[in-house]
Amino acid sequence: MPLYALVDCNNFYVSCERLFDPKLEGKPVIVLSNNDGCAVSRSAEAKALGIKMGIPLFKIKDLVKSEKVVVRSSNYALYGDISARVEDVLSQFSPRIENYSIDESFLDLSDLPPETDLHDFGTQMRTTVLQWIGIPTCVGMGSTKTLAKLANHIAKTTPSMGGVCHMTAERADDLFANIDVGEVWGIGNASVKQLKSIGVHTVLDLKRLDLKIARKLLTVTGERIVQELNAIACSALELEAKPKQATAVTRSFGKAILHYHDMQEAISFYAARAGEKLRKSKQECCHLTVFIRTNVFNDDPKYSASNSIRLPIPTNDSRVLMDYAMPILKSIWRDGYRYAKAGILLNDLVDEGCGQGHLFHTPSAPKNSAVMHVMDRLNKQMGRGTVFQAAIGIKRDWSLRSNFHSPRYTSSWADLPKAKC
Amino acid sequence: MRVEKASTAIRCALPIYSSAVSAGFPSPAEDYLENKLDLNEHLIHHPSATFMVRATGDSMTGVGIFSGDILIVDRSIQAKHGSIIIAVINAELTVKRLYRRKGVIRLEAANPAYPSLNVSDDMELWCWGVVTAAIHQYGGAALSRSFNDS
Repeated sequence: MPLYALVDCNNFYVSCERLFDPKLEGKPVIVLSNNDGCAVSRSAEAKALGIKMGIPLFKIKDLVKSEKVVVRSSNYALYGDISARVEDVLSQFSPRIENYSIDESFLDLSDLPPETDLHDFGTQMRTTVLQWIGIPTCVGMGSTKTLAKLANHIAKTTPSMGGVCHMTAERADDLFANIDVGEVWGIGNASVKQLKSIGVHTVLDLKRLDLKIARKLLTVTGERIVQELNAIACSALELEAKPKQATAVTRSFGKAILHYHDMQEAISFYAARAGEKLRKSKQECCHLTVFIRTNVFNDDPKYSASNSIRLPIPTNDSRVLMDYAMPILKSIWRDGYRYAKAGILLNDLVDEGCGQGHLFHTPSAPKNSAVMHVMDRLNKQMGRGTVFQAAIGIKRDWSLRSNFHSPRYTSSWADLPKAKC
Repeated sequence: MRVEKASTAIRCALPIYSSAVSAGFPSPAEDYLENKLDLNEHLIHHPSATFMVRATGDSMTGVGIFSGDILIVDRSIQAKHGSIIIAVINAELTVKRLYRRKGVIRLEAANPAYPSLNVSDDMELWCWGVVTAAIHQYGGAALSRSFNDS
């Protein structure tokens, strides 16, 4: 009998911040997205104050002040480290594990002995992750991934379950009758509208929907979802990460860019980061796109543009990427706008050294890639930004806002948490 | 079911010995070369549950913990009588020795100049982790580097 579990960390970013800063316990805490834009993780206390997921910080300024809400910038060095630890601990319970997102893992528990008490087993997973890593979780179990995900939602929203819910066939219909169809994994806002227009309001309605109608309305994806709700597994675990087809480095600016020179710096910086990402995954790119745009939320005059180039030889050398990005930027730049965001997209990725050669160009000499590897090593060992190309500028007035950043507790000797003796 | 996963800790290898090989003759020691000693392997048994924290203050000098030392903290170990633990006191990570005998729970300092803290029934004791080792580095260079490299 197939059995899947979804283990989901409760308000993960906030939990990571609390782990090393116990003062945050019991207080409303929010973590902001990149550039300190929106609330992307909220403690239970912050949710109780009515702070909604994704709300921009400026809209809740007064509430933050009056209720003493603790605000943190996102600290991905910390969250990434803690996420890897959680996954490592979970892999003790089943070696077949899919790291679905930074705070969710699917486990294949089909090989458990049939007499296993699943509620106990789920509780044991939760307590182990809580003790070893200090991160609270909820566990949902079911015979398909869709059912496990729904069970997790129930575990999270029903305190009496003790954080663990096993969706058995007997209890499924009763539970489903009270859950909005929008909670089903893969059913987005547009699908919800369509489903409600034909009278499908709850998960139970969707489960009982005729497969042909599901397919007609929501394509083959919808048909699969209905099958998964009926305990017919249509998707297995993805145990190995697929090699990436594309990668991107895009950021909003801390303050608007008005001058071409600053934009050159920013694009060079993104090209350098993009090259670093490619080298890390041992890939090269064949296609490069640069885009720039003004703010879409305010009243600034609007402009947005992008342009691409196919590279004669695949590369992951930051300097080559910069060289190609600059003329593209020149072709799309217009004076007189306040630019709020820009980025670099790299497409058609190939494995390092496997790209098609070129009749008139010779690939970059090994000596050149050695320079890149030395840079990567220095930046890894001594902190990002230890060595960089001068083109990306030194002051970087435009760089990301990150005003409430916690220390890199687990990745920097200087930032280790302190314990009083 | 418990499947122990092989450690993926970054290895920090120190050769047991190393010597230049004179030309012409193979090293007579070659056959005897064993594995390299790895401090991580010696100090860290549960990599995913182990964190490092920096000690500040001198209330634990009696057990060899000095201000500025790096403490290895294993959260997977159950604290018992005599364990050096990181406890959360007044919402602060604090290093103490756990006394737990005949229903009495006390958090002791290891320096007569500091008082012990009796934990009464109505107090919530929150053990953050168990200290398994203290790393004390000698010489001003090591200390100033640890504090100043940001």
